[in-house]
This record gives sequence, structure tokens and C-alpha cells, in this order.
Amino acid sequence: MTPILQIQSLDKSFGGLHVTANVSFDVMPGEISAIIGPNGAGKTTLFNQITGHLRSDSGRILFNGQNILGHSPQRIVARGIGRAFQIASIFPDETVLDNVRIACLSKRGETRKYLRAVDAFTEATDDARAILESLGLSDQAERLAFELAHGDQKMLDIGIALALRPNLLLLDEPTAGMSPEERLHTKELILKLWKEFDLALVFIEHDMDMVFGIAQTVRVLQQGALLAEGTPEQIRANKEVITAYLGEEF
Amino acid sequence: MTNDTARRISATSLWTIIILIFALVPIVTTSAYKINVASHILVWGLFAVSFNMLWGITGMLSFGQALYYGLGAYSVGLMVDYLGSGWFLPAIALGLVMVIIVSFLLGLLVIRVGGVYFTMLTLAFAQLAWQITFKWYDFTGGDDGIQGIIPPGILENRIVYYYFVLVIVFVSIWILKRMAYSPFGLILRCVQQNPARVRFLGRRVRRNQLRVYMVSSFFAALAGSLMAGVDSSIHTDMLFWTTSGEAILMSVLGGLNQFFGPFIGAAIFILIEDNIGARTEYWPLIIGSIMLVMVILFPKGIVGEVLRLKAWFGKNGGGRQP
Repeated sequence: MTPILQIQSLDKSFGGLHVTANVSFDVMPGEISAIIGPNGAGKTTLFNQITGHLRSDSGRILFNGQNILGHSPQRIVARGIGRAFQIASIFPDETVLDNVRIACLSKRGETRKYLRAVDAFTEATDDARAILESLGLSDQAERLAFELAHGDQKMLDIGIALALRPNLLLLDEPTAGMSPEERLHTKELILKLWKEFDLALVFIEHDMDMVFGIAQTVRVLQQGALLAEGTPEQIRANKEVITAYLGEEF
Repeated sequence: MTNDTARRISATSLWTIIILIFALVPIVTTSAYKINVASHILVWGLFAVSFNMLWGITGMLSFGQALYYGLGAYSVGLMVDYLGSGWFLPAIALGLVMVIIVSFLLGLLVIRVGGVYFTMLTLAFAQLAWQITFKWYDFTGGDDGIQGIIPPGILENRIVYYYFVLVIVFVSIWILKRMAYSPFGLILRCVQQNPARVRFLGRRVRRNQLRVYMVSSFFAALAGSLMAGVDSSIHTDMLFWTTSGEAILMSVLGGLNQFFGPFIGAAIFILIEDNIGARTEYWPLIIGSIMLVMVILFPKGIVGEVLRLKAWFGKNGGGRQP
């Protein structure tokens, strides 16, 4: 089986600061994996490089065996890489339904219809409602997005990404800023979505319950470099990782 | 769902009432002056609504839509002046074709810069066109403008021309409204609220901005060319920055976030200008004071605040809102 995502000797520096230093790893189709590491380790930078938001200095990024390095974010999204953000990136003044529906319309290439009402696009609408159902946001479909609770806004962000039917979904700290109950709920929900949408899923996370609870593979970044990669058990036992990040209680 | 249907019915009835009021004007009054004021409201209403597609919906504050308003007016004025009144309708069409080309080329340039730079560049280009029109006396009549622009055939009749304007304005507004609530309109609103996310939907922000810039400019030009027949004259002021500025004021007055707002804003603006302007030359002072109060106390504009009031009454059982 060929990896869905191959990162090969990826480099990026801002001035003298090496934010991504010779990083290489493969993500397999259908895999759920976590990226952990201290603040400033370059986790979000790595996501930005993968999604084309940040130019890389050198190295290669292959998606389904084809190079995507240097492509625009639009093209990369169209290829099938979805992304949700650390701070929910939604359309605050639109309804929850429209937030997801615009992504469904975009996926179907229906955003250049000028004179038909949005409601008349029944397939995209049904699709959007089905996604809201999976997210548990159905009863809030008609509310404006900014009115949602923080946790629900993050879910909506994931919903927008899912509506584009990605093969690979990148989640940047899905539980950041959530209460312990919300974290538990989110953990279950992400696991459910991963199975339901048949995704390769990579998430950045500081919540170790979530990381060691659902990830099949864990990668540790430190100062831009890949410090370790392995199963949760291997990572938990890794001396270097314990000193650099996890601390003794693990 | 029922809420949605109710909203749609009330919006439709609002439209019907407004169209009815304007359709009745020539019947209830024979005053050519009042018909002229009503025509002004219609034309400015279209101009303001087209402008609001840019600002209210997409978040692009152009300070230069007078450029297209003026181009529409001058293509009609010049062709009728040089070639005869039979060219009135072809001139409207040719003016619109020209505006499609100009707004595309200029759009490519001004959309590359965002925010206040976009505003300043649009202003600069409009002022440039105004200067050219102003200075090129031999061709454009300069400060004198062009008089005696008479529409051909039955359109020469004031009342027929009024209905001609009415139909074109409401068909145009209807088209713009369809656009505002289509997937294209939704993308535009998304561009305003979160352009970075729009890119992650796989859509190009600038391309959509260019599209709405062209749409807005097209209908601004249509409004300008209709105006040439309303007053039978055109003047350089139509290209001046105050014309762009008035469209902005009308939008703020009526309510930016309401599709209908700018039309209502245009109506109120023109009625104030007409009634207070007849009594004192200091009417801009009154407009200025009203704008100040609106912006500070009622930032949602007249239509926005009325809707809020309606929703508030609905919640408190005082209204008929479901």
C-alpha cells in the first residue's frame, strides 16, 4: 500500500530560525495519527506547508504519490486534503447550515450559479444536513455560526472541511480551549467521524488522553525536527520524548 | 421552516408595496416635477443597491463607482449628441459593453490591493475620468455638460419613460437580489467574513471579487445611462467623487447588511434633499447631522433597525411575527 502522504526532507526557516528541519514521514491511508510537541516545535508550520499556505525551502511533499509542493491552497484542497484550524475558522454571520452548505456547493462546482437560490440546490443541502447530523449540530442548523458555543464552532470548522470530502484531514488542536467534558465528547466524535468518512486523519494535540487514546501512530516534533515516531506504547517508553516533552509522570 | 416561509412572504409583500407605490406615482400626480423626483429615487436606488453588492455583501468599499455611473451617462449623452436621438438605446447597450471591458481591466488592477488601498485606487481612477471629462471641453462639453438628450419614439413621453425606468430598475434589482441569495452571493459574503477560509474551500477570492466588481459596475452604468434620459442632460458631477460618496451615504442610511437597505436609503436621501433643499441651501448640514445620528445610534441603518424592532416585538408578543 502506498502512503497517502509522504513528507521527505522538508525544510523551512524564517531568518536564522529553523522551524522545519529535515522532517520526513509517511501517512498511510485510513490511519489516525497525532503530532505532539512543545509550543513552537513547528507543528502548525508543518500543516501550513502541507496545505500550501507556507512555501517550503526544500524537500518534497507527495499526496497519493504526486507532488503538491508549490501548489496553491485551492489546488491542494481540490486534491483532497482538508483542514480545520486551531481557532475555529468559520463564516460567523451565516447560518450553521450555510457554513457547511457553501463547502458542499464548492465541492460540486456549483458556486458559479448566479441566479438560483441556495435552497434550490437540494443535493448540496441534503449533503450539508447529513454532515451536520454526523456532527450533532442538526438542531442548531438555522442559528448564526457566531452564536454557537466555542466547542460547537470548532466542530463546525471540522464540518466545513469534511464537506469537501477529503481523503486526508488535518486537525489543528481540535480540543484547544475546551472543558474536560467537551474534550471527552470531541474525542469520541473525532473517532466516529474518522470511521464514518473513511479518512486518513492527522491531528495536533496537547491533550495526552486524546493522543494516547485514539492515535495509532504518534509523531513528536521538537525545534522543527522529528524527534520520534511510533505507536503510543513506543512513544510513551521513549526516553528522549520523556525528557523533551512528556515529563516523568508518563 | 415556517419562519423562513413567513420571512419570504413578508419580503415579497414589501416588494409588491414598493413597486405599487412607484407604479402609481404618474396616476396620482400630474406634476412633472414629482415624477422626476420618483425617477431619481428609482435610478439612485439601483445605483446604491449595485454599490452595496460590493460593499455590504463582499466588503469592498469602492469610492469610485461614479466612474461607471458617469460612463453609462456619457456614452448615452455623447452618442445622442453626436449621432442623434435614434442612438439612445444602442448607446445604452454600447455603454454597458464598454463598462464590462473597462471594469474587467481596471478590476484586475484595483483588486490586487486590499482594504483602504482599494478604496483610494478606485477613487483615483474615478477622479481621473472626471478630470478628463471636465477638461476636454470640445468633446464632452466640459463643465457645461450635455443638454437636450431626448429619448427616441414613444420614450420621449415623460410618463412612458418613467415606466421604462421603473421596469428596468426593478428587473435589475430583482436580478441582483437573486444573485445575492445564490451560491455566488453566499461565496461573496464568505469572502467578506473569512477570505482565508474561502481559499480552503478551493475557491479563489480575487476572482470572485473581480466578478462582483464587474456586476456592480455594470448596474451602476445602467443607472447612469437611465439618468441621462430622466433629466435630459448630463454633467461632469456624475463622475465626481461626491456621486460615489452619496451612494455610500445612502447605503449607510438604509442599512448595509440588508439587501433592500440602500434602496430605502436612496429614497430617504433624495426626499430630504428635495424637501429641505427647497427651503435652505444648507441642506447638506441636515443630511450630515442625520448621518451622524444614524452611524452613532443606529449603525444597522433604517431597514436594519426596523427589522430589529420587529424581531423584538415578535419576541415580546407585541407583533405578528410567528
